[in-house]
Amino acid sequence: MEAAAEPGNLAGVRHIILVLSGKGGVGKSTISTELALALRHAGKKVGILDVDLCGPSIPRMLQVQGKAVHQCDSGWVPVFVDQEQSISLMSVGFLLEKPDEAVVWRGPKKNALIKQFVSDVAWGQLDYLVVDTPPGTSDEHMAVVDTLRPYSPLGALVVTTPQAVSVGDVRRELTFCKKVGLRVIGVVENMSGFVCPHCAECTNVFSRGGGEELARHAGVPFLGSVPLDPELTRSLEEGRDFIRGFPESPAFPALSCIAQKILNEAPVGLS
Amino acid sequence: MEEVPHDCPGVGSAQAGRGASCQGCPNQGLCASGAGAAPDPAIEEIKEKMKTVKHKILVLSGKGGVGKSTFSAHLAHGLAEDENTQVALLDIDICGPSIPKIMGLEGEQFLEDNLGVMSVGFLLSSPDDAVIWRGPKKNGMIKQFLRDVDWGEVDYLIVDTPPGTSDEHLSAVQYLAAAHIDGAVIITTPQEVSLQDVRKEISFCHKVKLPVIGVVENMSGFICPKCQKETQIFPPTTGGAEVMCHDLKVPLLGKVPLDPRIGKSCDKGQSFLVEAPDSPATLAYRSIIQRIQEFCSLHQPKGENLVGS
Repeated sequence: MEAAAEPGNLAGVRHIILVLSGKGGVGKSTISTELALALRHAGKKVGILDVDLCGPSIPRMLQVQGKAVHQCDSGWVPVFVDQEQSISLMSVGFLLEKPDEAVVWRGPKKNALIKQFVSDVAWGQLDYLVVDTPPGTSDEHMAVVDTLRPYSPLGALVVTTPQAVSVGDVRRELTFCKKVGLRVIGVVENMSGFVCPHCAECTNVFSRGGGEELARHAGVPFLGSVPLDPELTRSLEEGRDFIRGFPESPAFPALSCIAQKILNEAPVGLS
Repeated sequence: MEEVPHDCPGVGSAQAGRGASCQGCPNQGLCASGAGAAPDPAIEEIKEKMKTVKHKILVLSGKGGVGKSTFSAHLAHGLAEDENTQVALLDIDICGPSIPKIMGLEGEQFLEDNLGVMSVGFLLSSPDDAVIWRGPKKNGMIKQFLRDVDWGEVDYLIVDTPPGTSDEHLSAVQYLAAAHIDGAVIITTPQEVSLQDVRKEISFCHKVKLPVIGVVENMSGFICPKCQKETQIFPPTTGGAEVMCHDLKVPLLGKVPLDPRIGKSCDKGQSFLVEAPDSPATLAYRSIIQRIQEFCSLHQPKGENLVGS
C-alpha cells in the first residue's frame, strides 16, 4: 500500500473520476471520451488516463493513434489531442511499437505499468482527470484504486447496458466499489434503444430498464440513458468531436447531463 | 510475486533471473535457479483428464461486449441439439461470469443430459458478490476447472473467455498445452474500435501457436422490426471483419446480424436458436456452427488423444 504520497505529478489535478464497468463493451471508453469532450466544451482542462492495457481504445477515438510519448524531468509528457492543449491523454497504445502488437502481460507487470502511469506522467494543471478502465474487478482495478487512493478521487461513473447479462456483471462492480471505498457518482445506461433512421421506430436492441433498476437496487444515482446512435460510433471511429458535431443527436442530452452532473458536483472555479 | 520489474523477461524465459532488469528483483534468485522454468505438473494431469475430450475450442476476442458468451452459449446449444453429441461449456471469465445467466442455470450444473456447464458464477452465493482476484488466484481457479472437474466423455469442450490477452488466456493455453486445442473462434463487431483489439488477439494466437478456426462478425447490421430496412449501428468504417480477415489471412466464418430477440433470449436463459428459428441471425449461427464442426473433423488429433474413433 502506498504511503500518503507526495503530490508529485498529480499535484495540479483538481478532480479524479474513474469510469468502470464489470462488463466489457458497454461503452466505458466512449463515455470517458465524450465526458472529456463535454468538459472541454465547458472550458475545462481535462486529462484522460487509459489503463486498459490489453485493449487501449482511446487514442483512436481522439485521432492521436501512433503519436510518440516524450520524456521530461517529471516523467512522461501526455499526448495533447488539440492545439489548445485542453485534453491530454496517456495510454499504453502510445508505447507499442506496432498497433497490432498484443500486450500479453500477467497481473504483476500490468500493475507496475499502471503505477507508473499514475505517478510518472507529468499531467500539469488539470481540472479533471478521467481514468478509463478495462472490464472486470482484477489487477488493473485494484492497482489503479490503490495508487489513486492518496489523491482522494471524486468517485466512479459505472456504465452498463440495459440487458440483464450486463447488469449481472455490473452489480459485482458496484460491490467492488463498496469494498474498496470508492464512491459511486452514478450509473450510466448506454446503448439504450435505437431509433430507426428510416421510420423512427424505437427498438430496444439490448433490452430495457436494467440501468435504472440497478441504480435503484444499489442505492446510487442514475445519471441517464444514452441511446445508440451510429453517428456517435462513427465519430469515435474517425476521432471526431461528437459533442461539437452532433448537438441534435438523441445521444447528446444524456451525455451533456452526465457532464453537467460532474461540473455541479465538483466545480472548478475560473481557471 | 507482486513487485516485478517493468521489463521482467518472464519467469519461464531463458533470461529469467539473468536479464539486466532482474537486478534487485526479490525473485531473482528463484528465477536464476531455474525453478520458474520447471513445467507445472498440472499440465500433465490436465492432459490425462482431457483424453476423454475429443475437441476443444476457445472462444476469444480482444474486445469486450462483442458477444463471446452469447456465441459460446449458442455454439453449445447448437451442438447439443444432436442428443448423441456430448457438449461441455466452461466459462473462465472469473470476474464477469455471464454463462450461468445466458444458459438459464441457477446453481445447476446440467441443462440437458448431453450439455454440461461450469463457471465460477455457480460458486458465488449472491449475484452481488464480486470476485476481486489478482492474476495468480484466477489462474489457480482455471487450473482447478481443467484438472479437477470430471468432464467425462465429451465431444466438444467450449471454453468461453473474458476480453483481453492476459492471465486467463495465457493460463488456458498453457494448461491445455499438452492436450491439443483444436483452435480458437474469434468474435468481433464490425467497427474499427473492435477490430483493433481483435487484431491483437489474432497476434496473441499466432504467438502462442493457437490455430485460428476463424472469425465471427457479430452485430453485423440491424433490421428494423417495423420497416425491415437495414442500418449499420456499428458501422464497418474500415471494412469490417471481411477486410481484416483478408489482410490477416484468417477465415471469416460468418456474419451475425443484430436481432433484439438475441439479448432477450440471453436475459431469459433460453436458446435463441429455438426461440427464433427463422431469424437471419439463427441461420447465420447455424452456418457458422457447421463450419466449426467441419474444421474439427478435418483436424482430428492423431494418436492416443483420439478416443472412441
